[in-house]
Amino acid sequence: MSAVDVVVRLVYLAAATLFVIGLHLMNSPATARRGNVLSAVGMGAAVAVTLVLLLAAQTVTPAGWAVIAVGTLVGSAAGLYAARRVAMTAMPQLVSLFNAVGGGAAALIGIHDYLRFGGPDGDLTLLTTTAVTLDVIIGTVAFSGSLVASAKLQGWMPGRPLLLPLRGAVNLVVAAVIAVASVGLIAELAGTPALLLIVVAALLLGVLVVLAIGGADMPVVVSLLNSCTGVAVAMAGFVIGNSMLIIAGALVGASGGILTKLMADAMNRPIRAILVGGYGTGDAAGALPGGAGDGVRTIDADDAAIRLAYAGRVIIVPGYGLAAAQAQHELHELAELLEERGVRVDYAIHPVAGRMPGHMNVLLAEAKVPYSQMREMDEINPEFPRAAVALVVGANDVTNPAARRPGTPVSGMPILDVDRAETVIVVKRSLGHGYAGIDNELYTDPRTRMYLADAKTALSELGTAVKTLVG
Amino acid sequence: MVPEALDDLTVFLLSLLVGYAVISRVPATLHTPLMSAANAIHGVVLVGALIIAITADTPAGYALALVATAFAAMNAVGGYVVTDRMLQMFRGPGRRPGRAGGGGAGGEHHGGADAADAAVDADPGGPDAAARRPGTGGAP
Repeated sequence: MSAVDVVVRLVYLAAATLFVIGLHLMNSPATARRGNVLSAVGMGAAVAVTLVLLLAAQTVTPAGWAVIAVGTLVGSAAGLYAARRVAMTAMPQLVSLFNAVGGGAAALIGIHDYLRFGGPDGDLTLLTTTAVTLDVIIGTVAFSGSLVASAKLQGWMPGRPLLLPLRGAVNLVVAAVIAVASVGLIAELAGTPALLLIVVAALLLGVLVVLAIGGADMPVVVSLLNSCTGVAVAMAGFVIGNSMLIIAGALVGASGGILTKLMADAMNRPIRAILVGGYGTGDAAGALPGGAGDGVRTIDADDAAIRLAYAGRVIIVPGYGLAAAQAQHELHELAELLEERGVRVDYAIHPVAGRMPGHMNVLLAEAKVPYSQMREMDEINPEFPRAAVALVVGANDVTNPAARRPGTPVSGMPILDVDRAETVIVVKRSLGHGYAGIDNELYTDPRTRMYLADAKTALSELGTAVKTLVG
Repeated sequence: MVPEALDDLTVFLLSLLVGYAVISRVPATLHTPLMSAANAIHGVVLVGALIIAITADTPAGYALALVATAFAAMNAVGGYVVTDRMLQMFRGPGRRPGRAGGGGAGGEHHGGADAADAAVDADPGGPDAAARRPGTGGAP
């Protein structure tokens, strides 16, 4: 082993260590940012030392260097631009897009390696060919699946589950094609055509599976696909014999898997059921006798402002409606007005508020809401009975008391106990359904007042009303 | 080849276990940044993309290496920058208390949150981890 090799391997080892420490520091909000920076330093070192390795090998052609330079520059610029420009509400789809390109890159490495060294006359071992096959399948599914997930979250595709006829059978056929082609490839019966067949079928499989999954489940899917990309990267590491790719890929694969499980648990949804898809099609509408609109009491800005301003304690429940309207700043201004009048204000955050777990915390943090006021579900639920007003802004399914009864689509889902507050004011654009596609029994509760308006408009109206009426 | 493959497999399995151990205690609040940070880490596939550029010598090979490099660079750079942007917002104005706030389940981040250096100690103990698990509260 040459000196360069030793140095390169040591730097890879250091980088892998930094990845682990970086992930570990994500355990706490106070250290998370430092963890991310450490992880990035590890990445930078790994890439730099790889360039040294390529220089030392002296086998890279001028065209090869051009490819490296152009590819890295274009990719970095695109990533930097997208990451800087994206609105905080659009974060989940961007993460999904980055995941797609990562999976795509892993698959391309496998494809390149097979085309270059594989085939019946090639010098790839059985193990390497198996790794290539897994790499290409998993990476390609992650690529196309993540693109569909991203498009759904972005609204370029309908968020509802798209259920093709016979999709179960179609998925099985596609999976069978992948299996047969994989055997052909690994047993060296078919070679390149089998590889191309795998690519096409895996692209199709990713699209088909994610199309059938509704928008509410998308965060879980993004996390699962993230995990898949990790495994694909590890497989790419097996293919090219690079242990750092194996380590980093396995780390992400395992952590993504756990995250997926945690998120699915937070929604009380088995992962298997999510993957089968079809949730939230609206089939179950009508769980509330009489339907939406009956017995709903509305409230105007002045009345709502008075109730808020004279309350001893207000608990705000932000949901996706708030995020979609980008009204987090208006919300924080209203909360500050109330606090100046001596009202105690807390924010109750459901684990899946927003589009992703923890997404709401990011949005509120953007509006400079103090971290101490963001309270998690288990912590805040016992305090609702002591609150004069629960102000629900654009949250639906996570406040539906129907979840406490068996037999509804949201049964068993952990909810925020807003209906136990003295008064509930719900700011919502319409009486439409949430992702679960059922009526919210909260809206017809005698203690609930609906404020039907866009969150941004409603919250600034409330702020003005508080100032003019009781200021 | 076989011993090397076994070494690789060992590394793979141990890394899976490390990943499992490191992540299982992250609070729901940080799930989005965490997913994003993990996402950035698999941008390390850039190293692989650079390595295949060594062996490229046909137009198809160059094309594959080019796209792979661009994809991987986008994943790595974009992933880290977007995660940093998210985490930057978690810095409260002036104060950075733990989420324990005014009681309740409380003490989720005892000590860890105010002392950035106490990262290792920031792991809440078993009971807290259980209390934080989504799904243990809410609907009776």
